[in-house]
Amino acid sequence: MNGVHDMGGMHGMGPVVHEKDEPVFHEEWEGRVYALTRLVRAGGGRWNIDAGRYEIERLPPAEYLRMSYYEKWAARLAIQVVKMGLVTQGEIDSGTPAPGSAKATPQVTAARVPAMVATRVSTKRDVRVKATFKRGDRVRARNMHPTGHTRLPRYARARLGTVVEDRGVFVFPDTNAEFLGEKPQHLYSVRFTARELWGDRASARDSVYLDLWDEYLERV
Amino acid sequence: MGNDKKGPVGRRGFLKDAAVTAAAFVAEPAAAHGHMHHDHDHGHDHQHQAVPSDVALRVKALESLLVEKGVVDRAALDAVVDSYETKIGPRNGARVVARAWVDPAYKKRLLADPTAAIAELGYSGGQGEDMVVLENSPKIHNLVVCTLCSCYPWPVLGLPPVWYKSAPYRSRAVIDPRGVLREFGLDLPDDVEVRVWDSTAEVRYLVLPERPSGTDQLKEDALAALVTRDSMIGVTKVSPPQAGGRA
Repeated sequence: MNGVHDMGGMHGMGPVVHEKDEPVFHEEWEGRVYALTRLVRAGGGRWNIDAGRYEIERLPPAEYLRMSYYEKWAARLAIQVVKMGLVTQGEIDSGTPAPGSAKATPQVTAARVPAMVATRVSTKRDVRVKATFKRGDRVRARNMHPTGHTRLPRYARARLGTVVEDRGVFVFPDTNAEFLGEKPQHLYSVRFTARELWGDRASARDSVYLDLWDEYLERV
Repeated sequence: MGNDKKGPVGRRGFLKDAAVTAAAFVAEPAAAHGHMHHDHDHGHDHQHQAVPSDVALRVKALESLLVEKGVVDRAALDAVVDSYETKIGPRNGARVVARAWVDPAYKKRLLADPTAAIAELGYSGGQGEDMVVLENSPKIHNLVVCTLCSCYPWPVLGLPPVWYKSAPYRSRAVIDPRGVLREFGLDLPDDVEVRVWDSTAEVRYLVLPERPSGTDQLKEDALAALVTRDSMIGVTKVSPPQAGGRA
């Protein structure tokens, strides 16, 4: 979707403000939101990383811009736990488990946390899928504007680039975000020159690399 | 309905008031700043100073509900927070960089199969599943961003700083990388090629910065102490040890 989350190349956002000796979490609730999100996901159920990103992208645009990172996570968590069927909206509204509702057993105990945080959950898939492109190919990022989730930023659409690497076969976010299947396909590192993206005033030497799925690209 | 504004607020009371729903999170933007009011139907007028922000209360309420429902375990929550506050952070990445500087065979493995080489030092996990290492040189400077969200290599750098997740960085790193670098104090000459890596997929990037001059005598641990988080994102270089600094 052409949302405000797709920020590459926007103007007017101001200078980058660097905080010295920044803490990992500025307030206690930030750490709790982070941990709750990790543990809820680790419990299994209808959830994936693309769906999680898509949830945040669908926050109202003005709110998206106003909220801090962990405020967005908190908003998402409240949506996510209901969608996953872990609590009902009624329980959230009343603040207490529904009478007679089953009590679950937490999937992850404290003892299992070190293993959980060290576990790789790759979206790379060991399946045989034909690669449409190969290293060195000239490609154009499609001029596409899906209303759902996508990882092809607006600034690269319709721009010419060069495939510099085939990274293998990965889950396709556009379908996965809506639980429409993983649709695994080749992912490529594609180099776009700064001038192709931003015009003649950009440095002739510089470039931007994006990781783009097969379906995002067309042959030139 | 509402709380007694002078009395302690029961969990049930503020759950109801705060309506721990996404709508509530979304609809009450300014409460965290403690000076604006929301349109709760009970119309209370308590001041927010010296009390937790609304978002803090809502998160606390949500945690209590999820614990009570048996969805999550409170000690496990503590353990996750502790992991990222004390164990999984940029010191991990610094050790990877320092090893690559002192051990050419390791550096070769790190560039060829980054995920495995990083795991050799014991670092792996969420948001580091498929790593790529980008080597800076006198003529090539790599810079990492995620314009669409805030993708970041957690196992080696920990959780990202606020600036990395901010609109200014995400919007400008791709269109004005040299301007952003200047704000970090790094003014690159025109003959240096800047490569910006937008983390649009599940590949995560770690910049291998240049080893600074004057460090030939330093051991691996001392080198690791020089390596900053920002240099592994690519917004700065690693500075040489300060004059008269320790080895």
